[in-house]
Amino acid sequence: MSIASSVGAETRARYRGGQLDVIDLHMSFGPVEVLRGVSISVPAGSTTCVIGPSGSGKSTLLRCVNRLQEPTGGDLLLDGQSVLKTNPDRLRRRIGLVFQHFNLFPDHTAQQNVTLALRKVKGMSKESANAIALSRLAEVGLASRVDHRPASLSGGQQQRVAIARALAMEPEVMLFDEVTSALDPELVKGVLTLMEGLGKRGMTMVVVTHEMNFARRVADQVVFMDEGVVVESGTPADIFDNPQSTRLQRFLSEVL
Amino acid sequence: MDLFHTFFDWPSMWAVFPTLLSVGLVNTLILAGASTVIGIVIGMILAVMGISKSAWLRIPARIYTDIFRGLPAILTILLIGQGLASVGRSLWGPNPYPLGILALSLIAGAYIGEIFRAGILGVDKGQLDGCRAVGMSYAKAMRLVVIPQGVRRMLPALVNQFIGNVKDSSLVYFLGLLTSQRELFRIGQDAAVNTGNLSPLVMAGIFYLIITVPLTHLVNYIDRRLRRGRKITSVSSGLNELSELQDAELASISPQLLPEREAGATGTQTNPEIGSKA
Repeated sequence: MSIASSVGAETRARYRGGQLDVIDLHMSFGPVEVLRGVSISVPAGSTTCVIGPSGSGKSTLLRCVNRLQEPTGGDLLLDGQSVLKTNPDRLRRRIGLVFQHFNLFPDHTAQQNVTLALRKVKGMSKESANAIALSRLAEVGLASRVDHRPASLSGGQQQRVAIARALAMEPEVMLFDEVTSALDPELVKGVLTLMEGLGKRGMTMVVVTHEMNFARRVADQVVFMDEGVVVESGTPADIFDNPQSTRLQRFLSEVL
Repeated sequence: MDLFHTFFDWPSMWAVFPTLLSVGLVNTLILAGASTVIGIVIGMILAVMGISKSAWLRIPARIYTDIFRGLPAILTILLIGQGLASVGRSLWGPNPYPLGILALSLIAGAYIGEIFRAGILGVDKGQLDGCRAVGMSYAKAMRLVVIPQGVRRMLPALVNQFIGNVKDSSLVYFLGLLTSQRELFRIGQDAAVNTGNLSPLVMAGIFYLIITVPLTHLVNYIDRRLRRGRKITSVSSGLNELSELQDAELASISPQLLPEREAGATGTQTNPEIGSKA
């Protein structure tokens, strides 16, 4: 990792992350209000970590940002333009989402997992889709495993395939929903290191995570959510060393 | 000894064998095959209606399924075969055969619809999320990922349904078939009446078993394989995960530094700009 961060960061591919603005976002499941006016601004190329207790609406927030769940109020801006009126399928090509349980296609190889959407959504030729898949999988350290099905990969490797699959769509923003929570402890670091690299190379990222050390080290901004609202946000130092609200103080004392 | 000849009288068994083979077997397979295929089409439609969000689609599918699964097959076959006989006559003449296929299909459709519905609902919801997150429409996600996965686990139940249709096709004889349209049971039955001996029916029974028993074992085989899943082809230690990434980092800086196993593949990925908004 030291090699990569000192030399690699400059020589490797750079991403053009977009600016994401979440404005007073509301979301209800019937009578239950899960998001009660969430506003977060994520500058292009920066990393925002979202922390908070379970049930705080973190995952719902991510699912609303790429409209797997339609927000019931508020607005979403990508590079300053509202994306709530656009076709959600097109929006999702611009905003990648990686899940806790990977959601890889079990009957497809790692490579096919990446190429499926390239071919069927972007309509690429087999050759160009394969080329992109190979380079993305190499980038996540899986060049030697392109022909493996998910079942014969470790959880960490599967998650990296899932990240490669999302990256292949050339998104401007990447959302990560507790992507290391289902992994064995020794596999967590590989995935986090990969994500850190993406951030360094200009990807805009929103990371819902329970990995407080990762949030502290990598985040440009940390957002603490509880009960569907942003309780506190700031730099990692603000949030972790100088928490203002009692709820954040209590949360930190429970998890740290 | 008499009892033995009641069931296994070789001369009358062999006498009916050629007709069973050339007429009965063919018709039984046509009836069962056609009604399974049409039943699959009906079942697909019912399943899509059944998992729809709209009650206007869900409720009719439910009613259809309840009726055709709830009635005895023979009753449905008689109602359709005789009730629609005049319609059939005006369409294709006095021929009950198509109506028999129709009745069997309507029944099979109800069962197959339930098989499909359970199969599709059984697919992990994350699969749909995974598809949609990379920009697939709902329809594409269902068609390319969810339904194919569902179908694989439906296969045993579908083969079972075909076995059921093979057996139920015997009921079509109630509609009165032409000589050339007779299926296995009817041919055995006719010969049994003519010879006053049950052996032709036993011969017909053997034909049924030749179709159904291997299929039953095929179902069990598929089922076992699905349960066991694919063989794991390799195992790697979780401690190698970080070094995999570092290899990739090294490769992107200068491919020559790389352990030979990955040099070829990663050497191609030094494209300078990704994430372009095109």
